[in-house]
Amino acid sequence: MSETSPILTMTGICKTFPGVRALSNVDFKLRAGEIHALMGENGAGKSTLIKVLTGVDKLDAGEILLDSRSILAKSPQHAQELGISTVYQEVNLCANLTVAENIFIGREPVRAGKIDWKEINKRAKKVLERLDIEIDVTQTLDTYSVAVQQMVAIARALDISSKVLILDEPTSSLDAHEVKKLFEVMRKLQSEGLGIIFVTHFLDQVYEISDRITVLRNGELVGEYETALLPKVQLVSKMIGKVLDDLSSFNKDKKTTEDARRETPYVSAKGVGHLGSINPFDLDIHKGEVLGLVGLLGSGRTETARVIFGIDKADCGEMHVQGNKTVIASAGDAMKHSMAFCPENRKTEGIISELSVRENIILALQAKRGVRKYIKRKEQEKIADDYIRLLNIKTSGKEQLIRNLSGGNQQKVILARWLVTQPDLLILDEPTRGIDVGTKAEIQKLIVRLADEGMAVMFISSELDELLRCCDRLAVIRDRNKIAELTGGELNEEVVMHTIAGGENNAGA
Amino acid sequence: MQGLKDRLKRWSGSRLFWPLVGLVLVLFFNLIFVEGFFSIEMKDGHLYGRIIDIVKNAGCYMLLAIGMTLVVATGGIDISVGSMCAISGAVMAALVGGELSGIPHHSYGIAIAAALAVSVVLGLWNGFLVAKLEIQPVVATLILMVAGRGIAQLVTQGQIITVYYKPYAYLGSFTPGLILPTSIFIVAIVLTMALVAVKKTSLGLFIQSAGINRTATRYSGINVKKLIYMVYGFCGLCAGVAGLVISSMVKAADGNNAGLGYEMDAILAVALGGNSMNGGRFSIMGSIIGALIIQSITTTMYALGVSPQVLPVVKAVVVISICLIQSDDFRRVLADLFKKDGRSQHEQVAVKL
Repeated sequence: MSETSPILTMTGICKTFPGVRALSNVDFKLRAGEIHALMGENGAGKSTLIKVLTGVDKLDAGEILLDSRSILAKSPQHAQELGISTVYQEVNLCANLTVAENIFIGREPVRAGKIDWKEINKRAKKVLERLDIEIDVTQTLDTYSVAVQQMVAIARALDISSKVLILDEPTSSLDAHEVKKLFEVMRKLQSEGLGIIFVTHFLDQVYEISDRITVLRNGELVGEYETALLPKVQLVSKMIGKVLDDLSSFNKDKKTTEDARRETPYVSAKGVGHLGSINPFDLDIHKGEVLGLVGLLGSGRTETARVIFGIDKADCGEMHVQGNKTVIASAGDAMKHSMAFCPENRKTEGIISELSVRENIILALQAKRGVRKYIKRKEQEKIADDYIRLLNIKTSGKEQLIRNLSGGNQQKVILARWLVTQPDLLILDEPTRGIDVGTKAEIQKLIVRLADEGMAVMFISSELDELLRCCDRLAVIRDRNKIAELTGGELNEEVVMHTIAGGENNAGA
Repeated sequence: MQGLKDRLKRWSGSRLFWPLVGLVLVLFFNLIFVEGFFSIEMKDGHLYGRIIDIVKNAGCYMLLAIGMTLVVATGGIDISVGSMCAISGAVMAALVGGELSGIPHHSYGIAIAAALAVSVVLGLWNGFLVAKLEIQPVVATLILMVAGRGIAQLVTQGQIITVYYKPYAYLGSFTPGLILPTSIFIVAIVLTMALVAVKKTSLGLFIQSAGINRTATRYSGINVKKLIYMVYGFCGLCAGVAGLVISSMVKAADGNNAGLGYEMDAILAVALGGNSMNGGRFSIMGSIIGALIIQSITTTMYALGVSPQVLPVVKAVVVISICLIQSDDFRRVLADLFKKDGRSQHEQVAVKL
């Protein structure tokens, strides 16, 4: 690509949060008609750079030029007026408003003192058509899939202004087909001369779509590279700051699970189901094994975990723990049987944002011990310190509010919350989503190690290769039914894909 | 000097700092403009004076604020406390009876116990609506706010029961042998109970956690519903105790007017105490200070001869000012205005670039 003059230049950006230097002297350049990937581990400063650019946070020093004019966005709204729009990781639109209302909220066209609904619907339809999407814009947003909601968010961003479009982790909740669709839209916008900043953790996607890559590490600029000239391995080592050796070679030595299978399973679900979320299934989980749940998004993986952990009470079937029949009707019940559950949605189901790291870590243990046996402050602090060290949690201290931590570190805190309770069965739902490569490998290794130490682990993930790497056994779920269990030689990509896609179950045999 | 600065910084970082500043400002105003505001005298073995009055009359606000703080911390609100006060007072007065001879129908102790038991049941009813039926707290407690007045009327059979039994007046004024008003001791007992429950057990952590993120709290194995029952039940108990004090003050039970509008003062006390209305972090001591501020303002206004008709307006102005003082944003704007060069912080950043 020729060296066209940049539309956006950020130079010498510095930003300090209490106790954390989030950005120091970072430069960033975006050219028109370019898709520019912003890469880095969690806590590297990607989000902060975006926040400073869009006026969410004030910058401490540095200069931002848009079309060679110095700008300083005071708020996201101001940034939008200047021509910088952002679509965030979590779609932040109003689910109970219509698609058209979402696109025009806050700037509804007015005619004769009244909101012109006809005009809104007409224009909303047109904006979406630009993205090749044809949907009924008068339906509420929550009737559509996350992918469509994301498109609506993009449409809204584009309709307001369009010089720079920032996509922050747009693909983390999309399936492969939806990602493809998103990329088509991105290419179309690129050809219209828009500059796109693409923040993601998926290396493959970066190589598929981006022209340039800027890498950040620990709040500092590592460099800007042309995607075509930077091999993947080098990119990863630049991100984590060391040569990558053990990430790809690390592999669990698959035990002969036959021995383990003869023992009584730790948890055994017999015909357990929950109306409307997961149809009755049989599932055994043994100590010392990693059981993977695989299936498409929305196939019922999370729902399976919720029934086992008692968040949704099973309305049929029987649960056995260590061979004894029992009823698990709440998370508290499950914890009595020494189970733990790291939920999928960190923000809404995991963290208690306004509480400190320490309080977040001890919460489940305290719940297990009961209201009256309050853990002494000294002991709390020791537990928090121990786990911050053990899981290598990056925080300025145990009293820091968890909302000030980066996503990956928040995830580690939630993991710590459950490890503190010393569970016999650990259920992990997408523990590595939206987390950088380095941390991902750490968590995967931890999972394998915990199983080796005798814990039963249930591992849910959308990424097949990490499941194949860690699991002894895979349960395949499709359309709210558990359709197969794969072990040993069947644990390869081809067989799993085939099973998910609905081919013969024992295609590999 | 450095040590002093550090200490000042730590104080101003405390949650109680700005509520206290509000209270001190109100009292300071009195020191200058109201003669004899701080004088205290001894009569018949009891202490009298405006300051004592404030603490005494703030008693029921403080009681209501203690319960309300915990409810607000869970992300809820209870607007039925005023009505619960009326019911509690009505039950007590009805059981003691309005005999001119001053002989009670039932023993005083039984009357108090029954009134408090009824209050707890009413509180649990609110908890049932919020936790089990998942009705929004404002709407759920609105039911009892409206119906409660009717219940109180039913208990008193539509009459205002005047009680001539002597000890009935003790709760709302003085108990023989005690120098300070009885309500101060009652508040102390309830406050200690609440503080022990919140600080010495994990209830405080669980309430905060549930107020910030209910789903995540439930997923962590905490029984959020039970927690909500407890908190609303406790709020009912506090309202019941306050109802006894109110009824004792006038030696009567008035189903229509007892505790009328007190729910708003209780909520205001919580807000003035620096607590977030969105739930989460809370400070019971803050709410206590809030209640004292409210009563101080009222007493000050009366001392200055402001007529009861315009009192709410003056009160509103003072309350708004105190809320503004507590707002970080407002103080920043104010600080910017008084900066020597008159430029705002934001512009200074731009200049530095």
